[in-house]
Amino acid sequence: MVFFVKGRDTAIDKHNVLQFAKVDFQYGKNSSLVLEGLNFTITDGEFVSIIGPSGSGKSTIFRLITGLDNPTAGNVIINGTISNKRLGTIGYMPQQDLLLPWRTVLENVTLPLEIKGKNRNVPKDQVFTLLYEFGLKGFEHVFPTKLSGGMKQRVSFLRTILTGSNILLLDEPFSALDAITRLSMQEWLLEMWGKLQKTILFITHDVDEALLLSDRILVITENPIANLKELIVPLPRPRRIRDLAKPDLVKIKEQLIEQLRMKVNHEIT
Amino acid sequence: MKLLKSYFPSILIILFLFISWEIGAYLVNQTFIFPSPLQILIRLWELKDVLFLKHLPATLLIMVIGLLISIIIGVSLAVWMNVNKSVEKAFYPLLIASQTIPIIALAPIFVLWFGYSIWSKVVVTVLITFFPITVNTFDGLRSIKKELEELLLTMGASKKEIFLKLSVPSALPFFYSGLKVAVTLSVIGAAIGEWLGAQAGLGYFSRRMMTQFDGAGVFAPIVLLAVVGIILFLFVTILERISFKWRKTE
Repeated sequence: MVFFVKGRDTAIDKHNVLQFAKVDFQYGKNSSLVLEGLNFTITDGEFVSIIGPSGSGKSTIFRLITGLDNPTAGNVIINGTISNKRLGTIGYMPQQDLLLPWRTVLENVTLPLEIKGKNRNVPKDQVFTLLYEFGLKGFEHVFPTKLSGGMKQRVSFLRTILTGSNILLLDEPFSALDAITRLSMQEWLLEMWGKLQKTILFITHDVDEALLLSDRILVITENPIANLKELIVPLPRPRRIRDLAKPDLVKIKEQLIEQLRMKVNHEIT
Repeated sequence: MKLLKSYFPSILIILFLFISWEIGAYLVNQTFIFPSPLQILIRLWELKDVLFLKHLPATLLIMVIGLLISIIIGVSLAVWMNVNKSVEKAFYPLLIASQTIPIIALAPIFVLWFGYSIWSKVVVTVLITFFPITVNTFDGLRSIKKELEELLLTMGASKKEIFLKLSVPSALPFFYSGLKVAVTLSVIGAAIGEWLGAQAGLGYFSRRMMTQFDGAGVFAPIVLLAVVGIILFLFVTILERISFKWRKTE
């Protein structure tokens, strides 16, 4: 267990873009705690994955970050500010693409700009440049029903970026894609992340995906969640899929799977 | 050509029915109660001036005014129920219950209240047509995906923005299917209204011909009513197609 260390301390730091400070959370007064005094910190420009079996509270953490829910106790600190009105400050990319079928690709990606009333501040040609960079040239005025799964996710990701937030939350964005498309989307995401200088928090239950993408992996191992086990991925960037076949990585992967399995087994018995 | 091909089976059935009807009417040979399709068409041609210039416009006016009022009342009520839960609780059960009232049986009362003016017929039309518009629009507004609503919330959308950018576009297809039902019902509403008391209109004319034992004359305005219903229905379908360019790709 060399790679697992306890979470860092919780003093507010400007370098920390996202911080959970002793967060308790429960859905309704009489239900049991989902989070219990949870602390963790994400620093600027990091790519961090949260991994855990389904139903382990991953989505709860995301709902708390976006502001769809507020902590029962404790604080969620975004870019150094504590606020219970976080809606609109985070770029959230949901599991399904959730594109509006009556809007074209261009109209879909500019939705966050419309909502924030910033339509005039971001020049049209800048949006077009981004569309080209995302491989969506020629599809600007196409409706989502005509796009492939991978393309829909690229549109969804671009929409997330155009929220203008420095923190992007990606909620299992590739889980609905076929294996081949998923691989190319993962490499594509890494390339984009390199260019965009954003902090990415990524939810997944796929161990390979987490290892390939992340600087750090936070593992959910208990219920209610009081601590996230942290794992630093010892891989230099840029990374390739075949890097996962290196012996020390295979070892880490086995440990990671063992951690997750312990939690699942614990629940079954 | 493609159109002909897709409707070929229904055209065949209609042809078969008309031919049987024609033969049946020929065998029965009592024109005043059982006219043949051909006789009806001839009568339609003979009556074309009075039917098209006097009675058709009168009926159309009732239908259009009735539908417009239904759309205004129906959509407003649906929106109100959507934004206010207590309004929904108060009105939704009443709305459903209102459909058990035999509106046709009530129609004579409206003649008592509004006299032989156009409004007694408009009220009957409204009562018949507002229900499908209200319920469909309301269901449409309610049909928005929770995930989409939450996504818009994370972008910082206000309630108003969610309504305009999500609820309204989601409800449109529902509204159109409600309108399609309403349009066909409006033909019935107008005709019933006219039976009870009117000085003009296709329903009124059909009933008058009945008292004169003019079988073909009874059917001629009914044919016209059916055609009007079909044309209005097609009109709504075309409107719908224009609004949903994105659906073509499905």
